[in-house]
Amino acid sequence: MDAAFPISNSGAAAAQSASAKATVHTPAMTTTTPDAKTLRMKITKLNFYYGKNHALHNVSMDVATNKVTAMIGPSGCGKSTLLRTLNRMHETLRHTRLEGEIALDGVSILTLDVTKLRRMVGMVFQKPNPFPKSIYENVAYGLKINGHTGRLDEAVEKSLRRSALWDEVKDKLHKSAYALSGGQQQRLCIARALAVDPEVLLLDEPCSALDPVNTAKIEELLFELKPSCTMVIVTHNMQQAARVSDSTAFMLNGDLIEFSPTGTMFTTPADPRTEAYITGRFG
Amino acid sequence: MSARLIWRKSLNVFMLSMTGLCALITVSALFFILGYLVYNGGKDLSWNFFTKLPAPVGETGGGMANAIIGSLKLLGLAALMGVPIGLLGGVYLAEFGGKTIPFIVRYTADLLNGVPSIVIGIFAYALVVMPMHHFSTLAGGFALGIMVIPTVIRNTESFLRDVPRTMREGAFALGANKWRMIATVVLPAASRGILTGVLLALARVAGETAPLLFTAFGNRFWSPGLNQPTSSLPVVIYTYATGPYEDWHQQAWAAGLVLLGLVLLTNILVRVFLTGGSAYERT
Repeated sequence: MDAAFPISNSGAAAAQSASAKATVHTPAMTTTTPDAKTLRMKITKLNFYYGKNHALHNVSMDVATNKVTAMIGPSGCGKSTLLRTLNRMHETLRHTRLEGEIALDGVSILTLDVTKLRRMVGMVFQKPNPFPKSIYENVAYGLKINGHTGRLDEAVEKSLRRSALWDEVKDKLHKSAYALSGGQQQRLCIARALAVDPEVLLLDEPCSALDPVNTAKIEELLFELKPSCTMVIVTHNMQQAARVSDSTAFMLNGDLIEFSPTGTMFTTPADPRTEAYITGRFG
Repeated sequence: MSARLIWRKSLNVFMLSMTGLCALITVSALFFILGYLVYNGGKDLSWNFFTKLPAPVGETGGGMANAIIGSLKLLGLAALMGVPIGLLGGVYLAEFGGKTIPFIVRYTADLLNGVPSIVIGIFAYALVVMPMHHFSTLAGGFALGIMVIPTVIRNTESFLRDVPRTMREGAFALGANKWRMIATVVLPAASRGILTGVLLALARVAGETAPLLFTAFGNRFWSPGLNQPTSSLPVVIYTYATGPYEDWHQQAWAAGLVLLGLVLLTNILVRVFLTGGSAYERT
């Protein structure tokens, strides 16, 4: 039995067996059936395996259009794994297996060409990972490899403005990206992802390597992007989830325990395990 | 002071001076060789040495321009043959392949690295000299090229493996396919290290004599093109140093100095490249 969850026997047992957790608390999502305009991605009965390790158990959830969806939970609960299935990033690892359905705008992502999918579903990583190129080349990279035909300069400026970095870098566009601070590098990575105009932006703990000032800048940026971009953010910082997201998913040991509007989740959680986690009793 | 303390202190002094002495011997070996070469070869080093052909036997003066150019041509051929094979082989080992084939390739490369250079010479003799019925620059370059491959392949592999996974994922997440990712992100990131390895491999084979004895052979005159026997610095040193004339011995010293100078210059270039720092940030 996993020691990560010492609250109650019944709860731990539910977390342990995939079949016993049929009752996922999704109050808001079940009452309103979202149509295609408000629903960007739909995950249905997703099971994921690393070799023999069953990492995600029967996860179903919706990603609303132009909203921020947060995923929280203790380390190793599968939130990053779930995020990485959304642009099929798991395929860069060997011995992984995915069952179930993930739809983007009603089309199964498993049937899409993977390079096309990743152009539509961008990703920002835990540590800033700029390429060893100039600031300009970093932002232009996605456009270039996707055969962009328009004016590169304008597209680069637009992306840097969208990520609130333009004023800081406009005089040194052709300097190395490593000349930037960690927070600036992370915003550069967001600009790089935005350049190809993705429909969904996945953020895998984007602030975990940053100080509070830069974290605040990134969070502010997410607010500004919200009207034009659907975002899914994984975070182990519950305050961050509460601040930036519209709905929150709580995961534990590969199960989706609860998926509710963020306000509901942090004030009146439906599941005792969610309450135990967000009140800091474990995790 | 007790006897025990005196014993411990003197043992400390003894061991410290032994390690210092051994370090001094190591360093002085290089300086002794360098000093001896400068002392014996320096006085014969003149402008003529770099521009003139060897003088006929019995006459003094003359130079080794043909050997210097010959060595450079041989190294150029070796690079032309060994570097692309080593580079692409290294890319394969680091980026593609499962378990068995890379293991075999790696093992073979290490074995090839250990093959005595004279055996490589015989191999080139059988494969190039015999069918062509004469010695040639081509055959010498072929022999040196084979010797370059294992070093370049292993070095390239290790530098490619050092490129962080997050950087590869960054490229994948923008819709790059694997080859695009390697060519535009991973190879540029590792380019400095790979170039260093290539230069060191070439510097190593620059001094090889055995594989050239019956492939490039030797030539007292210019060797136009790649189809004729050519002179080279290591072979000239061997011939002149074992020859019967005092004048030849002097010239062998001078040639040794030039060869060492070339290798030293390469090493310094490598240092300059490396102190430029890594192309990406190590974390």
